[in-house]
Amino acid sequence: MREIIVSELTRAIQELARDFARFLPRLIVLVIIAFAGWLVAYLLKQVVRSILRLIKFDKLSENAGASQLLSKAALPSATELLSRLVFWVAWLGFILLGVSALGIFGLQDQIARFFDFLPRLFTALFIIFFGLLAASFFSRATLLGAVNAGFPSARLLSMAIRVIIMVFVLSMAFEELGIAEQTMLVAFGIAFGAIMLGLAIAFGTGGKDLARRFLEKRFVRGNKEEENEDEPSPL
Amino acid sequence: MPKEVSSAEHTTAVRTDIKLTEESFLTDDFVRQLMSVGEIDILIGLPTHNNAKTISAFVAAVQDGILRWFPRERAAIINVDGGSRDGTPELVLNAAIDDAGGRIFNRQTLRTLPSISAKYGNSVERGTAFRTILAAADLLGAKAGVVISPESTNIKPEWLPALLSPIYKEGCDLVLPTYARHRFDGLLISNLLYPMTRALYGLRIREPYASEFGFSGRLGSQFLAQNSWNDEAERAASEVRFSTAALTGGFRISQSFLGIKPHLERRAADLVPALRQTIGVLFSAMDSTSSLWTSKSGSEPVPTSGATQQFVLDPVRINRKRLGEMFRSGVAELQSVFQSILSPDTLAELQRVARSESDDFDYSAELWVRTVYEFAVAHHKAVISRDHIIQALAPLFRGRVLTFLIENRNGSAEDVESSVENLCLEFERLKPHLLELWK
Repeated sequence: MREIIVSELTRAIQELARDFARFLPRLIVLVIIAFAGWLVAYLLKQVVRSILRLIKFDKLSENAGASQLLSKAALPSATELLSRLVFWVAWLGFILLGVSALGIFGLQDQIARFFDFLPRLFTALFIIFFGLLAASFFSRATLLGAVNAGFPSARLLSMAIRVIIMVFVLSMAFEELGIAEQTMLVAFGIAFGAIMLGLAIAFGTGGKDLARRFLEKRFVRGNKEEENEDEPSPL
Repeated sequence: MPKEVSSAEHTTAVRTDIKLTEESFLTDDFVRQLMSVGEIDILIGLPTHNNAKTISAFVAAVQDGILRWFPRERAAIINVDGGSRDGTPELVLNAAIDDAGGRIFNRQTLRTLPSISAKYGNSVERGTAFRTILAAADLLGAKAGVVISPESTNIKPEWLPALLSPIYKEGCDLVLPTYARHRFDGLLISNLLYPMTRALYGLRIREPYASEFGFSGRLGSQFLAQNSWNDEAERAASEVRFSTAALTGGFRISQSFLGIKPHLERRAADLVPALRQTIGVLFSAMDSTSSLWTSKSGSEPVPTSGATQQFVLDPVRINRKRLGEMFRSGVAELQSVFQSILSPDTLAELQRVARSESDDFDYSAELWVRTVYEFAVAHHKAVISRDHIIQALAPLFRGRVLTFLIENRNGSAEDVESSVENLCLEFERLKPHLLELWK
């Protein structure tokens, strides 16, 4: 009996030692891949940072209004944030490659899904950034146009344009990420419809005098002549 | 008997062939008409669009001017039309030189004054019209050219020698007009374009954005070759760019007094396009000519025949209250835009002016100059869309106009001139501020 126990124990220890001996090289491979990955990710981060600085990405981000958002959230500049993101995504990618080298059953699928997700993540970030840029540009264009036309509530109009574009952009980004697609679609439909209906009701009832004045100004000739007397000729 | 072709004529023929390939935007028919005219000394360019009511008298005045002051020079009238539907080009073509000759000399004229008309499009495109005139002048080898806008309904035959003689007889390259204007007319020119051009380039040119001007063949050909005609924005502002090219290219410039500038009805909505065409071009030119203007200080007068500037003091109805409202709402609503363009001090000062009562309203010359210079630097650095920067200037310009109107409400012509001169000196005095920001 005692001999059997000793023999089983010895066999178990030997198997464990064999398994460990089989596993150790894979662990070393993981460490090497992680270290090489860190180096590559660091280099990538430096390259991305240099490129972004060269193309004055911070200025672009400031124009898009993204810098203000980052500053409010106590986050670093857009260049720094994006280069750090590239670093972490690249390093995480290498670590996962190393983990897959361990050959642990069940992890392979999860890792493959992560790599499938990366392009969609970058596309979503791309959509959000350029969406912010477009929202900022068009809301400012609306603001300037409305102010120079003497339109009342210019800022409200500009804000409405920004909100509409951002709702549209976020719904596109979420759809790209595949997060709550149906919910986002319905939410977007409801939000967009509500805004349009709200504007129609507000303009049609609450702002009927405003609408009348606007249409008169636009289409009735007499008012244009009256307007001629308002300002001296610039040229 | 076949005519022997001289070497000079041969050179001209070759030159024309080369130009034909270069100027392929001209229609074949127009080129054929130009070639039938041959080489000329003087070209008169008339850009038109539905000007049938006034064009006959206009052409008659031009013909009178040529026959009286340039009787021996070979000249041609080139009408470029933006798709008139009232028969304007036909009226230009039908105007007979014999009638004019008879009126002036009371005898049959021995010369011809051909008129050619070309349609360049179906709507007004001043840049394309100007390009066509320059290309025609280049093809015909004109020594001097003049562009006159048919909107100038008070044209006189004397305008021709005024705009052409300094070029044709004195070797100038660009002759710009000066006018007798209503004191509250052309405020964008008197409060911004003139003082800033003067401070930048050191020459006192009263009308940098002129609807009539004379030019030498040398300047016309060089500008035709160098300007970016394919860029729509640059093409639209080609007349201002033409003046700027002469200023920065070392060409000889002079001014001639043309009399009263008729008042044109414009709407408030015309301000932003006017700012784009003038200030937008001036700001853009600052980028490409910075090595030139950064080294200039002070200003010099430009040789001028006749008065430098006169003011008409007729009463005119202007809605000051609306100007004030648009300035105040602009400062309030565009705060986020101004934060990207102006320094905190300038913005704070503007907000203080916007809060002041109508009686105390004073958008001082110093603050206006600082504002404009900071806008120019923001445009140079493209802190936001350049077009948005130009648009954002409109409400502030209205504030400056309001102060100008209040200051000169009961002023004499001398007071108005003094006010403009003081503003010019302020632009010159604060130029170091611009240079500091520009670095």
